[in-house]
Amino acid sequence: MELKANVPDGSLEKKWDRHRFELKLVNPANKRKYRILVVGTGLAGASAAATLAELGYEVEVFCFQDSPRRAHSIAAQGGINAAKNYANDGDSIWRLFYDTVKGGDFRSREANVYRLAQISVHIIDQCVAQGVPFAREYGGQLVTRSFGGTQVARTFYARGQTGQQLLLGAYQAMMRQVGAGKVRLRPRSEMLDLVVVDGRARGLVVRDLVSGELSVALGDAVVLATGGYGNLFYLSTNAKGSNVTAIWRAYKRGAAFGNPCFTQIHPTCIPVSGEYQSKLTLMSESLRNDGRIWVPQRQGDARPPSQIPENERDYYLERMYPSFGNLVPRDIASRAAKKVCDEGRGVGPGGLGVYLDFADAIRRLGENVIRDKYGNLFEMYERITDENPYQAPMRIYPAVHYTMGGLWVDYNLMSTVPGLYVIGEANFSDHGANRLGASALMQGLADGYFILPYTIGDYLARSRFEKIGPDRPEVRQARTDAETRIQRLLSVNGKRSVDSFHRELGRLMWDDCGMSRNEKGLQRALSRIPALREEFWRDVRVLGENEQLNQSLEKAGRVADFLEFGELVCRDALERRESCGGHFREEYQTPEGDPMRDDANLCHVAAWEYAGEDSPPKLNKEPLTFESVHLAQRSYQ
Amino acid sequence: MRLTLHVWRQKGPKDPGRIVTYDMPDVNPDMSFLEALDVLNERLIQRGEDPIAFDHDCREGICGACGMVINGIPHGPRRATTACQLHLRTFKDGDEIWVEPWRARAFPTIKDLVVDRSAFDRIIAAGGFVSVPTGSAPDGNALPVPKKVADLAMDAAQCIGCGACVASCPNGSAMLFVAAKVSHLGLLPQGRPERRDRARKMVEQMDREGFGACTNTGECEAACPKEIRLEFIARMNRDFLRGTFAERPEAE
Ligand SMILES: Cc1cc2nc3c(=O)[nH]c(=O)nc-3n(C[C@H](O)[C@H](O)[C@H](O)COP(=O)(O)OP(=O)(O)OC[C@H]3O[C@@H](n4cnc5c(N)ncnc54)[C@H](O)[C@@H]3O)c2cc1C
Ligand code: FES
Repeated sequence: MELKANVPDGSLEKKWDRHRFELKLVNPANKRKYRILVVGTGLAGASAAATLAELGYEVEVFCFQDSPRRAHSIAAQGGINAAKNYANDGDSIWRLFYDTVKGGDFRSREANVYRLAQISVHIIDQCVAQGVPFAREYGGQLVTRSFGGTQVARTFYARGQTGQQLLLGAYQAMMRQVGAGKVRLRPRSEMLDLVVVDGRARGLVVRDLVSGELSVALGDAVVLATGGYGNLFYLSTNAKGSNVTAIWRAYKRGAAFGNPCFTQIHPTCIPVSGEYQSKLTLMSESLRNDGRIWVPQRQGDARPPSQIPENERDYYLERMYPSFGNLVPRDIASRAAKKVCDEGRGVGPGGLGVYLDFADAIRRLGENVIRDKYGNLFEMYERITDENPYQAPMRIYPAVHYTMGGLWVDYNLMSTVPGLYVIGEANFSDHGANRLGASALMQGLADGYFILPYTIGDYLARSRFEKIGPDRPEVRQARTDAETRIQRLLSVNGKRSVDSFHRELGRLMWDDCGMSRNEKGLQRALSRIPALREEFWRDVRVLGENEQLNQSLEKAGRVADFLEFGELVCRDALERRESCGGHFREEYQTPEGDPMRDDANLCHVAAWEYAGEDSPPKLNKEPLTFESVHLAQRSYQ
Repeated sequence: MRLTLHVWRQKGPKDPGRIVTYDMPDVNPDMSFLEALDVLNERLIQRGEDPIAFDHDCREGICGACGMVINGIPHGPRRATTACQLHLRTFKDGDEIWVEPWRARAFPTIKDLVVDRSAFDRIIAAGGFVSVPTGSAPDGNALPVPKKVADLAMDAAQCIGCGACVASCPNGSAMLFVAAKVSHLGLLPQGRPERRDRARKMVEQMDREGFGACTNTGECEAACPKEIRLEFIARMNRDFLRGTFAERPEAE
């Protein structure tokens, strides 16, 4: 497989401009003759669908929720970055670009990240125009705040519900096109397979989740905006339905999978409270602006926090990273939390927690200011834990949150299957080995509003499409494959529920491929996953039939894919013999415990290629070259 | 703790449906209500019975997917709390709990606790947006928005589209949902040009979908997990009246 990144020539600042000029355009009158299939209605999918329809294309959109407005993007809390420099604190496109490349531990593509920083400023304008009620100063100007991994205030927010407001903006823009008849909306529909004809992506196999009916949707190009796969770990901050199915199926039809092992563990989540736990709840990173993180200095100190005097507390982030303090990037904050808990200084049940304390901020700013900034987060915390964070510090612990890995795409956001575009969290993305806070929303909207709509036109203008119908052998085959799988799932009739398999897989991944990884653990996981998968297909119990709303069947299909995909994640983690960003390999650390990259041998994107059921996947490498930034050891001290 | 759940079971749209009682002798008070349903479903699967279908996704009270009437109240007894954020500690050991789907003409039942709320999407498609194509926006700070206005717009914009307002209303009206969107966009300078048209189109679509009329019972405000206030309905009525009676196209 050849990985052509298609990065345009010229200086970093001019690449995107020049590229836009060189892209072929589709004649406005011809646009309506093209049909584009968009899977996913999160920030990436909804913004792309709206914009493509505005341009004149025929668009068909799918999501598994009952309404496109419920896509997982809705849950994003803290904010969205943009290099507006409204705060006049020295921000610039270059600085946002540099912070992102450095935050990602130098494992992203320079040209893409620079473009992202350039576009960031337009996103805010667009969202404001749509009526997104961003926070404002008394004078009516937009407010910004700072986030982890940066020293400027470039994060725009709408209370603690930024994702909700941005998504509603994109959803409304898309619904306007639904009303105008340019977008056909298909909610409660799940993509089960990609249809590839003559080497190009031409359609989807879709299951109607209410009737169970399988149908084929055909078009001229396919866009996957299906989000991240954090639920591989069962417990994560993702919505329950988030899954890998769409991109995994596409992988099996020829799309390379980039850096699957790059997963982000978020430092500030509410700790697990019991076996029944179905998901973990994020406490936005913005809290680290005013909250101070600490644990007792003494091991096993069981006193309540209020009785631990100041000089017996260890504000370990402030101690270890004096210049960034509590605002170090997520991977660093998470690993530090794990370290102090491993030392036996963790707090709360099982010792798996650290304090996030607002006492100082409340003393300094008053409870009202804190309530105004974080009120809904505090409320959520209290609702879940039954503890009042205005009075006692929050207890937090890291949890799986985001996946930097995803389908490999070139500069045009096209995968290795011509005509298959991947946007948002579903692609291997601009975040390298670690994403900075408030950058996922930025990337999803950059992809959907401002990049894909141009680049896809170039592909359409350069290609000739013959009409294909449902009778094409490739189409029939994809449909039959999906049908067979459903029948197989329903006919195992074993003893164990789907959830029990998912839970077991999640625990296994967390233990052996979680916050820190080593060769032995990864080898163990690589032998245990196939065994678990085999047991799944022998002993899973999926009740009911296909021809109805059947949530067990939906879950079963997703878990079956996770059971295949987990192996690829471990394989990738094993092959990446270095520590970078969210990927920490215990064998590769300094004596002080800092991660050690291997730029000489591993400065590349790992792009895995499917090689059939019985052969191991093939590893392809896209070398990463840095022309504008100097590869440095990341330092936040 | 021990709870007895009486749950509405309905195989499909044509099935008349009925209440089925389940004993849960050993639930943990720290579980969320949906986690209790998960546990019950695991048991049903072990017994070979069809698990209870219910919509859910984020489990953080923001996506608006979950929604069920718990002891006669949409989302249950706790103020400003969605079903997914309701914890069993809200109940007492030995409590009996009735669980039913949203009931409204415009929300037909699909299965068990799952209903069809696509009418809400069609109301938004009719006019719940600002007509601003990608790429045509001025600088974000070009139009100052007073903090008070932005805050009020945000109060309205918090609606999660769950449908609790409709389920709580004796008339099955969607007025609070529509009013929240009309107010959110109409309050901001960016949404003002289309404000009257928007209200009119959305209300017309609401009527077409079979939602009832608003008679100001105020049940919706009490049921809303995001505490959207009734005053937004009054605000919308003003926009709407101007929208239907103004013969001339928009002129401010
Ligand atoms: C709790 C939380 C808070 C966050 N806060 C922030 C923040 O403050 N700032 C920030 O920048 N980022 C944040 N993030 C990350 C960010 O929200 C996500 O990365 C981003 O929203 C992903 O958007 P997306 O459009 O790529 O996908 P999603 O929003 O996940 O949408 C996926 C879509 O794909 C559809 N789909 C998936 N599979 C299928 C299938 N097989 N068939 C049909 N449809 C399918 C779904 O229905 C959905 O519509 C947060 C994430 C979490 C979990
Ligand atoms: S599941 Fe999202 S609001 Fe309850």
